[in-house]
Amino acid sequence: MYFGLSEEQSFFQDNVRKYLEEYATIDNIKHIANGDEKNLSAEIHQGLLNLGINALLIPEEFGGLGLDLLFAAVVSEALGGGVGPIPFIAPYVMAPTAIKHAGSKTQQENYLSKIATNEYRFGVGFTEFIGKRNDAGITFSDHSLNGRAMFVLDANDATHLLLADEKGQIFVVDAKSSNIEIVKLTTVDKTRQYSEVICKNLEAELLENSSDSINPINQAIDAGRIMLAADSLGASQTMIDKAVDYAKERKQFGRAIGSFQAVKHMCAEMAADLEPCYALVWHAAHCHDHSPAEARLMACHAKAHVSEMAKGIAKKATEVHGGMGFTDLLGLHYWFKRIGLNRQILGSPELVREEAYKTQV
Amino acid sequence: MDLEYGPEYQEFTKEVQSFCKKYEGLSFTDGSNNPLGSSGGSGGPKMSRSEWQKTLIENGYFARSVPKEYGGYGGEADILKSRIIAAEFSKSNTPGPMGGQGIDMLVPTLLEMGTKEQKEAYIKPTLHGEMIWCQGYSEPNAGSDLASLQTKGELVGDEWVINGQKIWTSTAQYSQMCFCLVRTEPDAPKHAGISYLLIPMDTPGIEIRPLVDMTLKAGFNEVFFTDVKIPASNIVGKRGEGWAVANATLGHERGSLAPPDATMNRVNMLMHLMKEETLDGKPLIEHPIYRDRLMQIQGKVLAQQSHALRLLSAKLNPGADVKIGKMIQKLTGTELRHELEGLAIDVMGEIGTLYENSPHLKNDGTWQFIYMYFLGLIIGGGTSQIQKNIIAERGLGMPKEPKVEGA
Repeated sequence: MYFGLSEEQSFFQDNVRKYLEEYATIDNIKHIANGDEKNLSAEIHQGLLNLGINALLIPEEFGGLGLDLLFAAVVSEALGGGVGPIPFIAPYVMAPTAIKHAGSKTQQENYLSKIATNEYRFGVGFTEFIGKRNDAGITFSDHSLNGRAMFVLDANDATHLLLADEKGQIFVVDAKSSNIEIVKLTTVDKTRQYSEVICKNLEAELLENSSDSINPINQAIDAGRIMLAADSLGASQTMIDKAVDYAKERKQFGRAIGSFQAVKHMCAEMAADLEPCYALVWHAAHCHDHSPAEARLMACHAKAHVSEMAKGIAKKATEVHGGMGFTDLLGLHYWFKRIGLNRQILGSPELVREEAYKTQV
Repeated sequence: MDLEYGPEYQEFTKEVQSFCKKYEGLSFTDGSNNPLGSSGGSGGPKMSRSEWQKTLIENGYFARSVPKEYGGYGGEADILKSRIIAAEFSKSNTPGPMGGQGIDMLVPTLLEMGTKEQKEAYIKPTLHGEMIWCQGYSEPNAGSDLASLQTKGELVGDEWVINGQKIWTSTAQYSQMCFCLVRTEPDAPKHAGISYLLIPMDTPGIEIRPLVDMTLKAGFNEVFFTDVKIPASNIVGKRGEGWAVANATLGHERGSLAPPDATMNRVNMLMHLMKEETLDGKPLIEHPIYRDRLMQIQGKVLAQQSHALRLLSAKLNPGADVKIGKMIQKLTGTELRHELEGLAIDVMGEIGTLYENSPHLKNDGTWQFIYMYFLGLIIGGGTSQIQKNIIAERGLGMPKEPKVEGA
């Protein structure tokens, strides 16, 4: 019995972490956020592609590494920790998972092998299946899609998109088609890309096994939720580390503010809230591949619980920094905002907990 | 990640299951009420508590790694087997072994630090349930700052003469013995002036007064010592080493106060209750606000269960860094259990306030009782605030409060 990360997983995670420390410095993050260095994000992305992050979940028969979701989770944790300004969850986790479960053998062959070689990069828009807001929604007839998908992840620079209708059918579309309009949405989180996608008689290919079962789309959403939980886990740990370091350094009333119990207890609460989240995220990722009976419940709870803990940590860690925490200068807000986005995408905590309940009746 | 225990353990699990089956519904000939043991069942075999303790030991299901010469099973310590035993007993209708501070704290302390004579005299009768112990640590003026305790022990000839008062002493009224922290070196610095003494409770000069707590049960006592005389040899470790002796096993108590598997059993029980009980004609579980609160807590408990697996794995595979992981258990476990029991009261509303033997009481009133009882556990064994100091200072390396002159 061993509950934890393998040497390979820890090693790979360290590599991602070190890479981000070197190239995604706070100054570089600021440039990317301000939009004054267009190539920087692509360079960082390329560096991580060189490590193989696109091929982690692709089966070996299609030229990938054939690893399990826990491996991807530790990468996601490292990306959250360093507010990695690159696409990951949609193109390299949700898309391969969706195609693996929903695609015919031919579709798997066509798409998975090209994700592994980085010829294809997918954005993913499943929001309307999870919870349709206002008049958003996609309809499918005569091999084409019409309508609007909100909060499509990583649509910029994508060659293809996976979109879903309310029934959970998954479609592959060409992101460069003239019948598609991709509108960039500006969120508080400037380290990742979110878009609205408008389709007008857009040619679409249905992933065959999603036509009569919602299992494939749920598999992809579960995987995405576990990645978001892992991302918030990493981001929260960085915020705690920064808060603790600051509290040891900063002096007021002639002593380090970390020696005051009011400050010290906030730090202890953050650590106590976050520590069990490691085990929950790892366990959920493990169940996704190895324990189907518990997989859905674990994924929902990982997403909802880590989102709740991370929200509290983002607030407290900022408060420990006092006025400096509130400034753009320090850049702590990039982690605060990333945690804020992770909480809402692919289902806010209330929505996800309702799904958790439904798996038990 | 590998959550399988392996074939040897599957075999062992079957053994434990068939043992539990054999003794299902066991009841005790010496009464069903014992503060340290489970109440026993009905319809199964009958025996005395002490016979049951011995049966469990002979089969290796209790005191597994305690040497045979001291009354234990004499087996290798095996973390997974201990976990399997606990899990299978909790699933079955077979009573588990007695607990209490003698078994949980004194026995491990003596095994580590006692003399041969002490081990021979005390461990066996304690394991057999024939010798019950209470813990004399806290005093009215030494709570969170335990090391400031003032109960005095003076060596006069070949006897310790003890004067002072202890408080929050559970089970003192049933106990034959007390393991007690006493100030024997008044001139030494406070942590270095304490000794760990073993006091027979029938010694003249001991007075026990029950202390009724908010649950209206006398869970505690005050214990007064007036010129209590015990042999000089009733000391564990050397004079002035009592603080270290006590701390060797204190961590053990903190971790075991609120095991997450037990909390998950209560979550399941609450979910069942919410399907049975109705409000305005609808089961409580169909009221979205209550349902969401239940799901929030279920998520927290799942996180703690996964965390417990991680800690178990760290015991089996040394080298994993779980220092903070262990420190948070008392704080998070007791707070969560209190929150869960409180949710049950909220969903029941007025019915949730019923107590003792009132009409309409649900689940024997356990929700109210445990809600209050766990407030006691949040405070006892190092308050939540003390736990946060420990996590921050020892776990995160944050600076201590400046020392106050003379404290």
